[in-house]
Amino acid sequence: MMMIFGIPAPLLFGQLLLGLINGAFYAMLSLGLAIIFGMLNIINFAHGALFMMGAFVAWALLNYLDIGYFPALILAPLIVGVFGVILEKTIISRLYKLDHLYGLLLTFGLSLVIEGLFRNAYGSSGMPYRIPSVLQGATDLGFMFMPNYRGWVVLSAAVVCLATWAIIEKTSLGATLRAATENAPLVQAFGVNVPRLITLTYGAGIALAAFAGVLAAPIYSVNPNMGTNFINTVFAVVVIGGMGSILGSIVTGFALGVVEGMTKVFYPQASATVVFVVMVIILLTRPRGLFGKAA
Amino acid sequence: MLGFSRSQFIAFLIMVALIVVCPFVLYPVFLMRVLCAALFACAFNLMIGYVGLLSFGHAAYFGMGSYVTAWTMKHWHLDAFLAIGLGGLTGAALGLVLGYLAIRRSGIYFAMITLALAQMVYFFCLEAPFTGGEDGIQQVPRGRMLGFLDLSNDMTMYWVVAAIFIGGFLTIHRIIHSPFGQVLKGIRENEPRATSLGYRTDDYKLIAFVLSCAITGIAGGTKALVFGIATLTDVHYSTSGEVVLITLLGGLGTVFGPAMGALIVTAMENYLAQAGAWVTVIQGAIFMVCVLAFRRGVIGEIANWRKLTL
Amino acid sequence: MTLNRRTLIAAAAAATVPAMARAQAQPVLRIGCLTDMSGPYKDLAGPGAINAIHQALEEFGASAKGMKVEVLSADHLNKPDVGATVVRQWIDRDNVDVIVEVANSGVALAVAGIAKEKNKVYLNTGAATSDLSGSACNANTIHWVYDTFMLAKSTGGAMVKAGGDSWFFITADYAFGKALQRDTTEFVESAGGKVMGSVAYPFPGTTDFSSYLIQAQASGAKVLGMSNAGTDTINTIKQAKEFGITKKMRLAGLLLFLTDIHSLGLDVAQGIVLSDTFYWDMNDRARAFSNRYSPKNGGARPTMVQAGVYSSISHYLKTANAMGVAQAKADGAATIAAMKKMSTDDDCFGPGSIRADGRKLHPAYLWEVKSPAESKGAWDYYKPLATTPGDQAFRPLDKGACPLIKS
Repeated sequence: MMMIFGIPAPLLFGQLLLGLINGAFYAMLSLGLAIIFGMLNIINFAHGALFMMGAFVAWALLNYLDIGYFPALILAPLIVGVFGVILEKTIISRLYKLDHLYGLLLTFGLSLVIEGLFRNAYGSSGMPYRIPSVLQGATDLGFMFMPNYRGWVVLSAAVVCLATWAIIEKTSLGATLRAATENAPLVQAFGVNVPRLITLTYGAGIALAAFAGVLAAPIYSVNPNMGTNFINTVFAVVVIGGMGSILGSIVTGFALGVVEGMTKVFYPQASATVVFVVMVIILLTRPRGLFGKAA
Repeated sequence: MLGFSRSQFIAFLIMVALIVVCPFVLYPVFLMRVLCAALFACAFNLMIGYVGLLSFGHAAYFGMGSYVTAWTMKHWHLDAFLAIGLGGLTGAALGLVLGYLAIRRSGIYFAMITLALAQMVYFFCLEAPFTGGEDGIQQVPRGRMLGFLDLSNDMTMYWVVAAIFIGGFLTIHRIIHSPFGQVLKGIRENEPRATSLGYRTDDYKLIAFVLSCAITGIAGGTKALVFGIATLTDVHYSTSGEVVLITLLGGLGTVFGPAMGALIVTAMENYLAQAGAWVTVIQGAIFMVCVLAFRRGVIGEIANWRKLTL
Repeated sequence: MTLNRRTLIAAAAAATVPAMARAQAQPVLRIGCLTDMSGPYKDLAGPGAINAIHQALEEFGASAKGMKVEVLSADHLNKPDVGATVVRQWIDRDNVDVIVEVANSGVALAVAGIAKEKNKVYLNTGAATSDLSGSACNANTIHWVYDTFMLAKSTGGAMVKAGGDSWFFITADYAFGKALQRDTTEFVESAGGKVMGSVAYPFPGTTDFSSYLIQAQASGAKVLGMSNAGTDTINTIKQAKEFGITKKMRLAGLLLFLTDIHSLGLDVAQGIVLSDTFYWDMNDRARAFSNRYSPKNGGARPTMVQAGVYSSISHYLKTANAMGVAQAKADGAATIAAMKKMSTDDDCFGPGSIRADGRKLHPAYLWEVKSPAESKGAWDYYKPLATTPGDQAFRPLDKGACPLIKS
């Protein structure tokens, strides 16, 4: 058997692929964060809680209304997205002129409330959610046994990320959006309803988080704390990629998934800390992040 | 008086009076927790309020101070004064190394790099054998202070903690009102201008950071002594977050805000502990209301309303 | 502050006039339940533990016997300093005599120190660390239900006998996980098995275990030992099934509670082997208790921690009644000594005893999770595999380094 650094090659390839799958979640979550930060200038700490809501809505749709996984993949992001729009209209819109700190604290409080309410209603040990029957089973890739569902996750995440990037960078809607970020009054003068654009952007960022939540539901336990485990890493991804950079968050999300995957083989204890090591190195050498524009 | 304005001096007298009267009315162990949190928040406020830098990793210095005090008390049976002093020194030394790396960044990037460095300290504490992992260092003896004060008595311990707090509070106040403090404020308002006047702004910021970390370490050490435990909670990022909340709730950049915030947050934790599952919901709601309705914090709003400097 | 949370038990059903007269003369016993009301252990202890105290009071007939008892409860938020402040305040200000439950080893050890300092009674049912009856033992603490040593022995030893002689560990990288792995390794090896490898992952915060599962599979071991707890174990099991690990390896949960299996669902959890000292359906007495308890607990069956709260409080009430409430209140260590002298017997754990180091002895059971076809209804999850008798289930008295034993 071929060995790389004392590890059998098939095992290493397997780990690379698994890292990429985890990276898919990081990419989707940090993408939403980056869009919200870029447009609203809000560091959305509630992102993890909304990710969790996505998973719970999918679970609720199945249990109360008998609506299965694939419809939930569309419906749950819509429902949570509408919730996001209401949040933006009622609360978050009051903070745009203020320091980042206030947005961070408000959304932190929000996540405590949301998670606490879910914990009271559903307990803390989690709810079962099954992998849809079409995606059950696994494929032998030669070097590893790959569950079909994980393949589906990485594929759909890649498609969603690319589509979002294309909308923002390649369409006229995206152009308006980017222009509004640069100079809102001017864009408003052209007759664009900027506040509505901002509201919808927030809703879309939240919908992305909820989409990731539905994807995660069959793999991870659907429980009220599932978002908090992700949120720190995802923040690190956004910083490393460059705050507000769309492409940066996607690429960094996948890349950090792989870096973390490799750490899990060579020094597993440190796999949660490695992102912060990378973050310190990046901040010391390239403070604007890998893909960030110089200020 | 003592460099305070008139209104500040009155507020200071009220605070000291409360510190003296409260242990006869309220539970002293709870009050000691408030005072430790208040000192921690005052040290943190030195950075955010007067240098304008938000450190999101102050738990690292708090926790390391707490571990060092606990360990030296338990294994070397040091005098409590020395052990707390060592806690402060540890905070300062760690602050010097990490601050040297972090101080070149500002704004949100400073917050992020301090968070990342603190996460590494957390990892170190989790892995290092002397911290006892998640069980922590337990059953630390309170020992004696300066050889003659027996700290196992709650009231004696209380007066020592009160003295440490007031000492720390006045030190911070003195720093702010020294020429050094004036330069710091100058840097906060207009850094290029300060540079052009010939100040090495990075050095000033680093010194302020180290001072803040030293006092934070003392606060951590005192807390370890009061409760006889030092655990991973002290180095966890949630502690870093809590001190931000305390300071914000009390009033960023006000002299008395951090102490007020510490009182509110600790009381909330203490009394809500009996409200069962609703704790986090209530806490979250209070933070949201605070950010939306009174952003200057309790003391900040009072000061603004009465047109005072507090 | 605490008054509004206090539940006055005695007031309700004071039966006869003489009993009333005696009750007025008697001091009030106060029981403080420190537990996790909002975090990861909420379901396995939490509100259900408080219900278990009330169940014990009711069945003992505390008020009919003229005992006045108050129950206080608080959430330790899984922070040792919060737990320590609450307990100190309970003892100093609210005259609490008994602290019960405390799921979370860090908080539990802190409380043990305070109980000793203040000479009160501390009955732990939720913490795993075997230090509570080992190096951190004291004359004021009794450790009920389970500990890491017992889990390791029951699961590790019995699995090897059942043919699972090669192991791979997935371990939460903290003292609890490492202790479980160390102890289990010892039993696996002494029973003739071997350990093929292990991996320690960061705790808390890990949600994806696939990488570790692949490493486990590559080791070629027959048994996957999960030295972790709660959500981590749930995620490990879910993902083990997803990656087809369950077809080649047996999963051994070193600490799994009934509520974890409930959360997983039998479809995913079937075939897992685990150790619990109590299962609601294990015999007639346990069933009878559960049928009395569940209606008040939203239909959920009791976990072993909640059963332990019932059992420990029942035994405490018996002792306090025998020695007199005033004496029980006055001297915690004397009360604990009296509890150790008296043999225990209740519906949950049957007959048992408490050892000099504060270890409550009762049998440990190895269970296998039923398949969905075998299960006859809600909460019908376990079938028995093996039993370790009470005198062998726990760490021998002389191996624990408990300071009470040497003198």
